[in-house]
Order: sequence, then structure tokens, then C-alpha cells
Amino acid sequence: MDRQLLLSKLKTIVASYSHDKDALEYLNETTDFTKDLKINSANLVDVVLDVEEEFDIEIDNLSMERMLNVSAAIEIIETKLKEK
Amino acid sequence: MPNRVVITGLGVVAPNGVGLTPFLEAIRQGHSGIAYDPILEQLQFSCQIAGKPELSAMLIANYFSELELKNFNSSGILYGVIAAMDAWKDAGLSIANEKEPDWDSGTIFGTGTSGVDKFREAVYKIDELQARKLGSTVVGQTMASGISAYIGGKLGLGNQVSTNSSACTTGTESILMAYERIKSGQATRMLAGSTSDSGPYIWGGFDAMRVCTFKHNQSPEQGSRPMSASASGFVPGSGAGALVLESLESALSRGVRIYAEVLGGNLNSGGQRGTGTMTAPNAIAVQRCIATAVRDSGIVSKDIDLINGHLTATSKDAMEIENWSIALQRSGKDFPYINSLKSMVGHCLSAAGSIESVAAILQLHHGFIAANLNCEDLHPEITAIIDAAKIPQQTMVKNIDIIAKASFGFGDVNACIILKKHIAS
Repeated sequence: MDRQLLLSKLKTIVASYSHDKDALEYLNETTDFTKDLKINSANLVDVVLDVEEEFDIEIDNLSMERMLNVSAAIEIIETKLKEK
Repeated sequence: MPNRVVITGLGVVAPNGVGLTPFLEAIRQGHSGIAYDPILEQLQFSCQIAGKPELSAMLIANYFSELELKNFNSSGILYGVIAAMDAWKDAGLSIANEKEPDWDSGTIFGTGTSGVDKFREAVYKIDELQARKLGSTVVGQTMASGISAYIGGKLGLGNQVSTNSSACTTGTESILMAYERIKSGQATRMLAGSTSDSGPYIWGGFDAMRVCTFKHNQSPEQGSRPMSASASGFVPGSGAGALVLESLESALSRGVRIYAEVLGGNLNSGGQRGTGTMTAPNAIAVQRCIATAVRDSGIVSKDIDLINGHLTATSKDAMEIENWSIALQRSGKDFPYINSLKSMVGHCLSAAGSIESVAAILQLHHGFIAANLNCEDLHPEITAIIDAAKIPQQTMVKNIDIIAKASFGFGDVNACIILKKHIAS
């Protein structure tokens, strides 16, 4: 999948959980989910579930622990897509 | 003049010991009650270990009649009733006669949810269009106040009979609510405590939030690691703790053993403001709860010998230590001793506050500090605030006079209670 497309899909997912709409506007690969987007840490699990549904992949617990920012998310999604 | 309030009876159903004597032995020896749970593996949980009390059919038959056990499927009520009746007996109290209740005795006995397995049974029956076959036992076991209703009936209580619920704060809150009722003279004796159901339908939601550890399925006893650098989430637990509170006057007139005096405490909430959310505490509120409890008890913070913390074995442990340190204005070698029972029993959720309070009072009464298991690798953020020697890793024989016990829960709610060893004058 094209990286730009992947990023835009991810942006749509995190939008509903983000409490910082400005940071969301400038979302890029260095954006941190909790520090920048102010996503409640309890909602990180919901982000992961939405990602699983959107990309039809399954994210294991260890990957989930690392999925704290956009770049890790993209890397994990790409890896899981390749494994399909 | 408000009544002074003392604790004269204890009962407990814990993952590492059912009944006061086995439980005392377990916490003295540092026995873990955490074990692998095959049902959790079958259901593909991430965390497949848990703390679950073991009860034999023979033991259960001492507390429930055959008729009561017919269609009975509520582990929380089972644990709660056993702990409550044990505490009542431990306090040297008898059961009210058949004709009239004991107007001066009541209960505030909390739970998170009641009879979740019974509720599941009922849901299936209803969806299969069998509502008319539910029988008479669903409501009593699934209503939130099922536990206080069962206890009230068993003991013949005629004062307030109620169930409180405030997530993981429930147990500690119940003690403070019972304390207030006796202090104000509205009751002479109150049975305080809390219980929590066992099993996947209680623990599933926490597993899904990934707040439980998934790294110790092969090493259950090492799974619950409060204050450790390698803590990776809590281990779910269940059980019940019960405490008989009564006015000092009543205890003295009955001439019974007094375990401890409740000096005071505080309940508050962070309002999910500041750092507080549904799942994370507002640090200012935690500090305020502790400091207010100390003030309310008429002591100063340096009087505290031991803290029994909430300390669940998540990344929040260091923050809790920081909150204690700020609230008490004590740090380093000047910090009180601190321990977390959760290293042995896991996080018993709505039962945590009461089981841990029973443990705290046993330590006060028998003069020891229970060990903190699984924190050989203390978290550096914790040792930056307090001296490592204040976190005993072996049972310590020590005379302690005052314990501060706190519990914190989802919904940003806090409870802190101050207990003092009672010395007969």
C-alpha cells in the first residue's frame, strides 16, 4: 500500500480519539499518539482495534506495546500487510 | 462526642488463603496465590494467570444450605458471605434470633458487579425464549446489592444494609462508610468489606485494555510485580475481605479482643481533571486524599510506620510513590515502610481494598511487615524517591503502631484510611 494512503487512513482512525486537533492537522511520521495527539492512553487499544479492522490484519501484544507513535504504527502495519 | 471506632473481627477469602489462620500464615511466609488458569488459555486471553481462592464443597456447606446452593452461580456472593460470617464469628458475635433482627448492627459490603456467571446464564435463557424458566434465584444473585442482602439475611442485621461500589476503591470505601455510621452514633456495629466475582467475564475487559500482564503465563508466581522495573501489568484476582467495626464502648463492654482503631480517613475524587481520566488518577487528588486522611486522624505524617499501597504492578506505581512522598512530605530513608499485598494475590479489583485492609490489620496486630515479592529489580524512578530498605523483600518482624492504607480506582476515585494498633489501657 502507498505510504501516503496508509498515513491518511491512519489519520482518519486517530482523529476520533485525538484531543489536539491542531497536532492532528500536522500529523506526520514523528507524531506521538499520547504526547502530540493527546490521545488518552486507555484509548490506544481502541486505535489498534480500528487499525486491525481497517487493514484486515492482526496485531500481536508485543507489537501493540510499541505502537505509540505514527512511525511505529506504519512500520507495524506494513509488516503485517506483507505477512498476509 | 463522636464514638471512637475499633475493629474486632476479621474474615477473608483470598487467592493465597481461605480463612484467617491460613491467610495469616500465607502473608507471613510470602506465599503467592497466583496460578495458571486453563479457562483463560482456552478463551485465548492475553493474560492466562490469575489469583482465585480455592474452596471445597465441604467448606461451602458450612455456610450455605443445600437449597441455597441449588441454582447458585455467583462466586462473589459465595466469597463475601464466607468472609462476612467468619468476621462476625471472629468478633465473638452471635446470629440474631429468628424473630427479631439486631437493630444496632448493619453492613456496607461492596462489589463491582454481582453474579456475572448467573447473569450470563440468564441472558442465554432469555435469548432462547426461556424467560419463564429463569426461576426465583436470578434477581437475588445478580442485583448489585445481592451481597449485602445475603449477609443481612444470614446474620439478621436490622440497621443499614447496603452495597457500595467505586471500582478498586470499593473495599476501603466500605470501611470508611461503616466507620462514619458508627462514629455518628447511627449504628453500634457494622460489618464492612467487599467482594469480587472470579472468572473470564469479570477479567475480560481488563485483558482487552492490555492492563494485565501477558509476559508471565509460564511463570505465574512471578507475574505480579509491584514496584519492579519489569512490572508489565497487573494479575487479575478475586475474593473477599470482611471487617467488624464497632464503637469502642461496645467492644469494651463485650470484653472482646480489639485488633485496631480506625483513626480516620478520607474519600475523594480527582473529577477526571488535570492528569485524571476514567482510568488514570489526578495526582493532586491522590495527594489531597492522603494528606486529608492524616489530618482527619489527628496524627502527623511522621507517625506513620507502614504504608499499604494500592501499587498494582503497572507503570503507575512510581507515580503512586511520588504522590505518597509529596503528601506525607517524607522521602529517602525518612519514608515509612511500604508494601503491596498484590505481589501475592494479584489485583482483586473490588475486593482489593478489603482483603488488603485485613492483611494490614493482621500485620499491625501480629507485629510484622509482609514481604514485597518479585521486586528484586526495583524501579529506578521509585528508588530515586525512597530508600530501597523501605521496601522489605523479606518478612520483617517489627512492632508497628500506625498504618496508612489507600486504594485508588477507575473513575478517578480515592480512599485512604489510617489504622492504629489498639493497646488496652
